[in-house]
Amino acid sequence: MAEEVKLFGKWTSPFSRRIEVALKLKGVEYEFFEEDTFNKSPALLNYNPVHKKIPVLVHNGKPIAESLVIMEYIDETWKHNPILPIDPFEKAMARFWAKFIDDKFWAIWPAVKKAMTSGGEKEREEGIEEAQLHLDTLETQLKEKKFFGGERLGFVEISASLIIWIVVSQEVMGVEILTQEKFPALHELTQKFVHDDVFKQCVPPWEPLVAYFKAQYWGAVAASK
Amino acid sequence: MAGNGDGVTLLGYWASPYALRVKWALKIKEVQYEYMEEHLPDKSPMLLQYNPVHKKIPVLVHKGKPLAESLVIIEYIDEVWKHNPLLPQDPYHRAKARFWAKFADEKCVPAMFRAFSKVGEEQAQAAEELRENLKTLESALEGKQYFGGETIGFLDIAVGWIGCWARMNEEVAGVNMIDAEMIPLLSVWFQKFLELPIIKECLPPQDKLLEHTKEFHKMLMMATLT
Repeated sequence: MAEEVKLFGKWTSPFSRRIEVALKLKGVEYEFFEEDTFNKSPALLNYNPVHKKIPVLVHNGKPIAESLVIMEYIDETWKHNPILPIDPFEKAMARFWAKFIDDKFWAIWPAVKKAMTSGGEKEREEGIEEAQLHLDTLETQLKEKKFFGGERLGFVEISASLIIWIVVSQEVMGVEILTQEKFPALHELTQKFVHDDVFKQCVPPWEPLVAYFKAQYWGAVAASK
Repeated sequence: MAGNGDGVTLLGYWASPYALRVKWALKIKEVQYEYMEEHLPDKSPMLLQYNPVHKKIPVLVHKGKPLAESLVIIEYIDEVWKHNPLLPQDPYHRAKARFWAKFADEKCVPAMFRAFSKVGEEQAQAAEELRENLKTLESALEGKQYFGGETIGFLDIAVGWIGCWARMNEEVAGVNMIDAEMIPLLSVWFQKFLELPIIKECLPPQDKLLEHTKEFHKMLMMATLT
């Protein structure tokens, strides 16, 4: 039976990008459906009625939502080029760290968004401070544990790519959040996602991505005046 | 010293539902283990050593290697001890089980905690959110006896504790959490699940848990007043 793989996502979303990376690593052909957050397609609402969010993978008509759940599904369905470690303990550690990164991101990103879209100077400062508090936790763990081997693009590495979106927001706002001085380990990691040929695929085209968020940011700044 | 040789040690707390669901997994798999009670809020040096990231129970130590995060631990147990499988074999059904466990942890549990710890309008809203999210969770049963089908599985042990805690929480906080009319199938499933001998025998003593819940609630209410 021919495989039918559809991905409902957004090119600007790190969670959507993760799934594309996983599918590409497995050499799986898929059809991509770009979703508009403010105008969600009937298909998306049908395939993810609980959360109504991207990404959603639809494999032979069966929908799967939640990016880490989707990544595990991909790894279990297409068994070559494993994304997760084979050893149960190493696998558990990978799951632990991916969850940790996601949980931290969900603390950091609202702070960054607040800084990016509130339009006000004070809110921007507050947002940046809050974001740095959480980045500190990530930095400590990365420095001490080196939470991944770093050479191969695996489950944790793919998940960690969302750190790039923090770097994007810096460029958008013209401020420093993730500085080399304050966060040397995280900074080194971001460089890998920008420069390494393999890790690069985790990040959408840089200029268009920055332009997209710049439009949102300057729109908000203008609106606040 | 915990975790010597091939041994399994579980660091837990008697009133923790997260430690409880790991106990259930170990019980179903018939794994012999050493249980070590943490006397929270004090944290033992062992706990801090084994879970430096979160400093929380449960922690499973197997062959000297520690693991934290209860659902991560349960999946590990399922992979190491392969009999009486918790997760289904098929990747799509595994994905569904993981999806719903995440939903319960992220949507039902925080709402339950807010309904328990808040007052007035905030409490009412949280309780409504909880009831609605439980209704959504009910749809995952899909007319089966248990989430796992004919027998209990991963999702049953991931979310089953909510039935016990919610009943206690709603009594103490004075707000409806389990609406049997709204979630008739889930209510029946909660009851059936919690009555299973293998599940029931791991539950904390109910009178002790009720006292504990009352004390916790009192503490939270005092904190909101100051």
